[in-house]
Formats: sequence, structure tokens, C-alpha cells
Amino acid sequence: MSVQDSSQSRPSARDTESVEVEASTAQQAHRDDIDADVDAILDEIDEVLEANAEDFVKSFVQKGGQ
Amino acid sequence: MMGIETEYGVSVPGQPHVNAMMTSTAVVTAHRGVSVGDRGASRWDFDQESPLRDARGYDMSRAEADPSQLTDEEFGLANLILTNGARLYVDHAHPEYSSPEVTNPLDAVCWDRAGQEVMALAGEAATQTGPFPIRLYKNNTDNKGASYGCHENYLMRRSTPFSDIIQHLTTFFVTRQIFTGAGRVGLGQDGRTHGFQLSQRADFFEVEVGLETTLKRPIINTRDEPHADPERYRRLHVIVGDANMSEVATYLKMGTTALVLSLIENGEIGDDLSLADPVREMHAVSHDWTLAHRLQLADGREMSAIEIQRRFADRARAFVGTGDSAAADSQTKDVLDRWDFVLDHLEADPQSLAHLLDWVAKLRLLNGYRRRDNLDWDAARLGLIDLQYSDINPSRGLALRLEAAGRLDRLCEPDRVARAMEHPPEDTRAYFRGECLRRYPQAVAAASWDSVIFDVPGYEALQRVPTLEPVRGTRAHLEALLDASATAADLLEALRGR
Repeated sequence: MSVQDSSQSRPSARDTESVEVEASTAQQAHRDDIDADVDAILDEIDEVLEANAEDFVKSFVQKGGQ
Repeated sequence: MMGIETEYGVSVPGQPHVNAMMTSTAVVTAHRGVSVGDRGASRWDFDQESPLRDARGYDMSRAEADPSQLTDEEFGLANLILTNGARLYVDHAHPEYSSPEVTNPLDAVCWDRAGQEVMALAGEAATQTGPFPIRLYKNNTDNKGASYGCHENYLMRRSTPFSDIIQHLTTFFVTRQIFTGAGRVGLGQDGRTHGFQLSQRADFFEVEVGLETTLKRPIINTRDEPHADPERYRRLHVIVGDANMSEVATYLKMGTTALVLSLIENGEIGDDLSLADPVREMHAVSHDWTLAHRLQLADGREMSAIEIQRRFADRARAFVGTGDSAAADSQTKDVLDRWDFVLDHLEADPQSLAHLLDWVAKLRLLNGYRRRDNLDWDAARLGLIDLQYSDINPSRGLALRLEAAGRLDRLCEPDRVARAMEHPPEDTRAYFRGECLRRYPQAVAAASWDSVIFDVPGYEALQRVPTLEPVRGTRAHLEALLDASATAADLLEALRGR
């Protein structure tokens, strides 16, 4: 995402804008990093997760304990 | 002094009607290693070569019998004491492990983890040698209305008024869920409302104080069975907690609670933070995983769970800092530091605690799948993740896989846990119990929390050695005596002579 050069006569407004854009870009990049990290975890979990979720969960019935 | 008792979920995949008393007994009976007690008259005889053709008439259809048709006597519920001083037994329809008495939260984690390993091995052995594959879960609900517990026990002075305990501990229990919660997909006792909440147990609590443990569960349980001198001691029996897979969560659960009890006992608890409606708040705190919920105090104030926990943490730090009887040892400081750390991060960025807290780790997985596979909260896969998170088999259990991948922290070294599976703590009466069993397996006829009973040649009657004092019977007291006693008879003579 490109950022505008602030060389206009009202630099403060442009600076603020460009800073905000940079900040939200950085936040998005950070979120993407976290998502990528979590996706890696999900890939690992996929390997061991039971195949038929619905049946498996339905058949897990317990008696009450203490 | 403290200990943890955990009831495990037990199931045979795809076969919900298999009798849970039977599968539980099979698990306990399959425990390898020295033990004393009743292995139960299980219809699975693991000494036989072909269990399906059991001469006593094993019948597959009995596995599906309604439990009301089968009595305890049919199975002779198994009940074992192990060489680490723990109790491994069947509690109605769940296999249960009750840890030996320990003096500190780190040992509580180690012997709890040891119990999880003992249980997992027994489950595997029962699977290998029996007719059913058996799976075990360190969790607290089937999300269909049933709940089972992970109970904490804390030794307290009898002189501490129980009313003080009720007054201050209730608020602590309602709010500690923000770091002790194991996470749950589904709201309401039967999980009918879709969503996620912090605690597996919260929805099953219906009253503030009471004796019950199986219905109308109370936040403060009044069971009074100290297994020790009742004039001096109270064993506070806590039933509100979730079973934790995360060792750090267990550590914080035990450590912070012990500190708060110490504050109460020493009159240092400070401000009265009683809630207007503790049961309602128990549910409300659990149901808001954004942690924004503001609790109503009895005096009209509103505070968040984090704010309330900070009050407890600050009081505890101030009390410990005075160098009082709550010995300001390094572990106590560690509990205080971790408590502060967790509260800081719960406030700023809860997701950063995914390597420490079960509910955060679980929620990260759930939100990941929701995002990647576009799932709603009622998707079966999310319920499966909730359940499989607590499978104690290391090749399947999600928490254990996260741990193996370095994404969930451990506190106890694996070889320390391995040792704790066979050896007792050294600083409580569990040492005497476990060591007698380990050294003189043939001579120990029975053991319990407050006694060891010997059957020794030369004595007509069984010899009962009481262990009423939880702080006696330690390695410091007894190792030399045990080392000098080649047989149980020698030991009894030596004890007599004292």
C-alpha cells in the first residue's frame, strides 16, 4: 500500500494521514503474521483431529460425577 | 498443604452406551506397578488370554445394560493406593486420581501431571488388553448436561472461622476463572446456547454454600472430612475448579488460592469484596471472554474480574512482603510474579497468554478454525476441538500436541514427572504411605490417607499404623528408620520402640 509524500502546504494533516495509514498497515501485517502462525498450528492439529466431528461429539456421553 | 483429585471423562469412541463403571474399572485395574487395594471383580480379567471368552460369562450385551441394573458389587469398584502415595480408583462412573499430599503448588503440578500420565498409561493398557478402545479426558463436561470435577484440597487451621472463608473465597473463586478456566464451547448446562465461555464448570454451580457435590453444586462446599485431627485441622474441599491441561494454569490455580487462604487465616484479607449475587456472577464472568463484564458488589460498587483479582494479588504481595509466616520463599514470589504477569496481559492482550492459559490456547484454535474454515459456533468441529483438547493420550490430545510443539509451557521436567509417578513427595505423610508400599509390598494389607495397615508374620492381627498428622511421616522423619528396616516386621518393632 503506497503512502503519499507530504510535501504540500498543509503537511500536518497529510503527515497524520500517512502515519495513520502506516499504523493500520503495520497492524494488519501483525494480524497477518498471527494468522499465519495460527494457521501453522491448525495444520498440525488437522493431522490428529478426529475425522467425523459430528458423530464423535454426539457419542461422547458421560454420567454426572462430583 | 494441598492436593488435587481429578475425575476423568471416559469413553469408547462411537459407543456411548458402554457401561462407564465397567470401563472405569478396566482402566484402574489395568494399572501396572505395585499397589495395594481392591482391583475390583471386573468382568475383564486381564490375566486371561481371551477376555471375550471369559469363563465367568463375559457377555457383550451386558456392556450395554442400563447402569441401574448393575450394582457396585457386580464390579467391586476398584480402589488402589500407589507407591507415590496417590489413590487411583473408580468414583461411580469415572476413573479418578487423587494426588498425594504436597506442601507447595509446584509439587501439586508435578504429582497431578504424574497422575495424568498414570491414567493415560492405564487407559492404553486397558485398550490393548480389553475388548474396547478407551479414551480418557481431563475435562469437566460432556456438553450434554453431565459434569464431573477436579477438586482441590487445602489444609487449614480449624480455628479459622468458616464464615470468613465463605465471605472472601466466594468472590475469589468467581473471578479466578479468568485464568483458571479451561474454556468451553457451549453455554448452559447442556450447551444448548452457542458460543464460548471461560469455564467448563461455571454453569453447573447453582448455590453459594452447601454439602452437595453432584447436583445443586455450591461455590463453597462444606464437606468436613479432614482425614486428620478435626480439632486442629480443616480440609477445605474445593469443587469449583476446571481440570487444567496447562501446568502453569494448575500452578496458578493452586498457588493463588493457597495465598488467599493464607490471607484469610491471618486476618489480612482486607476489603470486603462480597458480591451481590455470586452465582449469577459466576456464570456472567465465565460467559464473557472479553473480560469486560463488571461485577456487582454487595456494597454497590462495580468492578471487573481483573480489578478484583488485582486486589487479591496486591494484598497477597503486601502480606508476603512483610516476611510473615507465609514464608517469602522463591516459589511464593514466583506465584505472585506470575499472577501479576497474567493479570497485566489479560488486561492488555489476552491472546498473548495462549502459551499459559487453557482457555486462551483453546480459543486461539477455535477462532483459527472459525476464520480459516468459516465455521459458526455450533459447528461440530468446534465441539470436537473442545473435547479433544483434553484427551490425555499424547498422540491425540490437542493440549499435549501444543505442548510438544513448544506452544504450551511446561513447569515440571518430564523426568521429574516420571519419578513422581512412582515416588511420593518427601515432606508429607504421603512419604510414609508410599515408601512402605514400595519397600514392603507384600506386607501392606491396606492403606488410606490416615493409616497404613500391615499384615506381618509373627503378628496374629493386622497392625495399623495411624498417620493422622499430615506433616509427619516425612523423609526427614523416617528415611533412616526405613533404610534400617529390611522387613515390615523390623519397621513395626522400630516404630514401637520410639
